[in-house]
Amino acid sequence: MSKPSLRVDIAGVTLKNPVMTCSGTFGSGIEYAEFVDLNRLGAVVTKGVADHPWAGNPTPRICETASGMLNAIGLQNPGIDVFIERDMAFLKNYETPVIVNVCGHTEEEYLAVVERLADTDAALLEINVSCPNVREGGMAFGQDPAMLGRVTRAVKAKAKQPIIIKLSPNVTNIAEMARAAEANGADAVSLINTLLGMRIDIRRRTFMLANRTGGLSGPAVKPVALRMVYDCARAVKIPVIGMGGIATAEDALEFLIAGARGVAVGTANFYEPAATVRIIEGIEKYLIDNGIDDINEIIGSVRDL
Amino acid sequence: MKVKERAAVVSQTKLTEDICDLRLKVSFAGECRPGQFVSVMREDKSCLMPRPISICEAGDGMIRLVYRIVGGGTEEFSCLGAGDSVTVIGPLGNTFPIEACAGRRVLLVGGGIGIPPMYNAGKCLVSREGDAAPAGVAFAAGYRSETYLDKDMAAAAPLYIATEDGSCGTKGNVLDAIRQQGVVCDVMFACGPKPMLRALKTYADEQGIDLWVSLEEKMACGIGACLGCVCQSTDIDSHSHVRNKRICKDGPVFNSRDVVL
Repeated sequence: MSKPSLRVDIAGVTLKNPVMTCSGTFGSGIEYAEFVDLNRLGAVVTKGVADHPWAGNPTPRICETASGMLNAIGLQNPGIDVFIERDMAFLKNYETPVIVNVCGHTEEEYLAVVERLADTDAALLEINVSCPNVREGGMAFGQDPAMLGRVTRAVKAKAKQPIIIKLSPNVTNIAEMARAAEANGADAVSLINTLLGMRIDIRRRTFMLANRTGGLSGPAVKPVALRMVYDCARAVKIPVIGMGGIATAEDALEFLIAGARGVAVGTANFYEPAATVRIIEGIEKYLIDNGIDDINEIIGSVRDL
Repeated sequence: MKVKERAAVVSQTKLTEDICDLRLKVSFAGECRPGQFVSVMREDKSCLMPRPISICEAGDGMIRLVYRIVGGGTEEFSCLGAGDSVTVIGPLGNTFPIEACAGRRVLLVGGGIGIPPMYNAGKCLVSREGDAAPAGVAFAAGYRSETYLDKDMAAAAPLYIATEDGSCGTKGNVLDAIRQQGVVCDVMFACGPKPMLRALKTYADEQGIDLWVSLEEKMACGIGACLGCVCQSTDIDSHSHVRNKRICKDGPVFNSRDVVL
């Protein structure tokens, strides 16, 4: 049997396989290029970038939890000018589509970044309306369907590239958010961002994170993420990109079968820098072992017992 | 080149009740420079984050890690023995400015579990010859009570000891020992608790000493991508474009002028 096709289409952009990186866990790939051939990836999703440099939160910014971690980096980034000059220039060396994660405190700030990205090689823009670690913007935009709809519409009107709205799991009904994004012109949705959490140091009776709260990620969140991806995939017609605790090919396959057109690997990069490549190889092997010649056959194929 | 690999345990002994001396066979031993560290991964897969541990010695295809048992991760590592293996990523981080020490008097100051990387840097300095050699090398080590690595250090260069309980050397901290013994130097390398580093910075500024500090922070990626382990920098950093430097990548060694302690 010939090699199966792993190609997927996200909003008109063809990816050689559905495996990408989660924004914020991979920088712009510069550091990971020592461990991973970036050409193997379906897409590189870069760390959130704003219209000007952000300093992020005080440290400690991270702490460990059972099968996961909390982070409160606070979207530290060097700003769009440096990002285009340095990071986009670096990514030009690879044939992998680049998805740029865009953040802002206000609608105007999101739009300023989107405009600056118009003439770059960014294939898709991921709009971060779901970061739990910044006070203004971030998750505030992603917890109210009307506000999410407004930002989506405004960004869509300005963006040259198709837009992905990254959704927060810290809502009552995430499918409603996906529908609000779709109704206002989003080309795709990605989920989940991290779940808001906390840890306390009982010895010192202090918060473990300087920010008090942080976003939970890692294998601990996978069942929650999978359920949410399934709900969203059934609620909208636009592609859904699934993420949340994916560490193995089996994890990624669960998301694909639940209805995700793409999958992203985040926290696993930290303890296994080449996790993405191992997951791609594992998916390919699964397709071969099961006699499936096109990955699209399994997307959304879950059925009742 | 950084690599992630399975490292065979050559041996492990205890230096004190809670300080372990672990020797691992790694492919990158020859590339390790003083000041660098490795990420050690746990076997318990419910604990995901790497434990950054400084390199105490490297050579002959082996690295030596001297670490304190402080929690579940280091407790797990302390049970490793010859024949076991453990996953490591390394070598990580930057190095002490060894070349810039030629012709200068260097004092290596370690406090608590900050001592092992100082031994590494000191040994490297002592081995330099001719014009590349420093004008002098000495160690100052501060302990709570029980000493460790003191024989190793004393075999390489003069060693000044301070203990909090006065059981060995000067009673007090390393700075008390430095003052009491009238130790003079042009350059200082230091690793240890933040209060020690702050006190050394004040002293170094007074004395016109060039101070280099090795910092510590919880890390996730360990390679400079996640921005979890930053420290504040005095000026806008050329990589981050804000007043932040990555301890794992831009450090762990910084000139004390460049960071806020």
